[in-house]
Amino acid sequence: MVKQWEILESKNRFYCDGRCLTGRDIGVFIFALILITITSGLFFGFDCPYLTYRLSPAVPVFAAILFLSVICFIFRTACSDPGILPRATPDEVLYLERSNITSSPQSVALPGRTIEVQMHTGHVIQLKFCSTCKIFRPPRVSHCSLCDACIANFDHHCPWVGNCVGLRNYRYFYSFLMSLSFLCIYILAFNIINIVLRAQDKPSFADAIRDTPATIVEALICFFSIWSVLGLWGYHTYLICRSVTTNEDIKDTWNTSRRGAHMKNPFSRGNPCLNCFAALCGPLPPSFLNLRAIVTPDNNNINMSPTRMMNTINIDETRQYQLDDNNYQRHSSPVPPHSDRQQNRYPSYDYV
Amino acid sequence: MEDTTRLTNDQSIKLFIQRDYSEGTAVKFQERFPPELEGKIDRAKFTDIIRHINSIYEDAEGLSCKTFMENCCACLTGYLLLLCMPTHYEKCVKRAARYISDENDHTLNPKGIFMIDPMEKGLRCIEVCITNNRR
Repeated sequence: MVKQWEILESKNRFYCDGRCLTGRDIGVFIFALILITITSGLFFGFDCPYLTYRLSPAVPVFAAILFLSVICFIFRTACSDPGILPRATPDEVLYLERSNITSSPQSVALPGRTIEVQMHTGHVIQLKFCSTCKIFRPPRVSHCSLCDACIANFDHHCPWVGNCVGLRNYRYFYSFLMSLSFLCIYILAFNIINIVLRAQDKPSFADAIRDTPATIVEALICFFSIWSVLGLWGYHTYLICRSVTTNEDIKDTWNTSRRGAHMKNPFSRGNPCLNCFAALCGPLPPSFLNLRAIVTPDNNNINMSPTRMMNTINIDETRQYQLDDNNYQRHSSPVPPHSDRQQNRYPSYDYV
Repeated sequence: MEDTTRLTNDQSIKLFIQRDYSEGTAVKFQERFPPELEGKIDRAKFTDIIRHINSIYEDAEGLSCKTFMENCCACLTGYLLLLCMPTHYEKCVKRAARYISDENDHTLNPKGIFMIDPMEKGLRCIEVCITNNRR
């Protein structure tokens, strides 16, 4: 039985029978994990025993909480669906070609057409056609060439988590940056405290350092990481408050002075607190992909459950309806009494 | 004159109701009545169905204290809480699916119209299939 994740056209990797997905290149992600684990391991192994004895047992407890948070958030960011939009079915493409929803004439091929959307703030946004996914990209959606998919609220593709950061995993990414910043600062601070305390007991600094050589290694790793991690966390806090994605910031989409007229960001809710609240605690849609549904001959083109078909007034009508693009009439195959697709649609624990 | 929306064969027509992005990225479908449905169903009735679907998704995407508490609790448990219980959004999606299924059974199917849950298409559009030949 083939499941949807096995035939998905994007360049993602899938694990646990479609429950988790990551980007294609996870080498840097594995490296980041190893670095974090080794640094924390050295801290627990070399600094904590002495600090527990000298200061309090709370030191390793807080460190453990921070470390577990970092691991939890990095896995959550790396392994969740960032908001991949499913590609258009052939029927949908045909409908778009023949419809007049775009502002361009029908003689222009789809990739050359754009849809203009007049927003409530007065902006006119142009929606471009994505040739790979065959959809008109909604606002804030961008096609990631590394993952080969259109991602909702595309922020950026992060090699450190081996996945795109988009609508559905942005808050996990932000939490990961926040907890990693705290962990770095915590380890660095206690490394310094460790050396200082030991130096008070020993005749010289050199002796103290010789007692715990790992401390210097950890301190160096943390010192060099802190600038980038803390910097990135600060940058994303600034972006969240303005309700701008990294992609939009790089392209300077909402720059008011360049366009002459005063252009406010139409996605901002007015004040920074509300923007933060919406970005971090707002509602989250489930995955658009339904990765673990079983592929049936119907759902590649029509996406309709056989049970619904069987319930219609005229069975023959519906059998005739199940034609593929080549107008080949499918012979009526035994339809399962309750479609697997329907059953798999919303299992409670299946959200990636 | 060739009917330009005839997509699969003489017996059926498919049309796709697109999203309305004028108010932002919130889930909202265009409430205009497709000309292909002229004569098949009452204009107000069909627009009402779309409007009701829009209201369900508006409820799903609304910022409220309930959403805030849900997300805060989830964050405090390291987002493990989300593995155990469905979120408000997921409940709304199920509610919309149930509503569409009911409307299909009671109102639309007798007229030869099938409406497909937009979640199947990643909330990009509502697919409506119209069968033409009636015995």
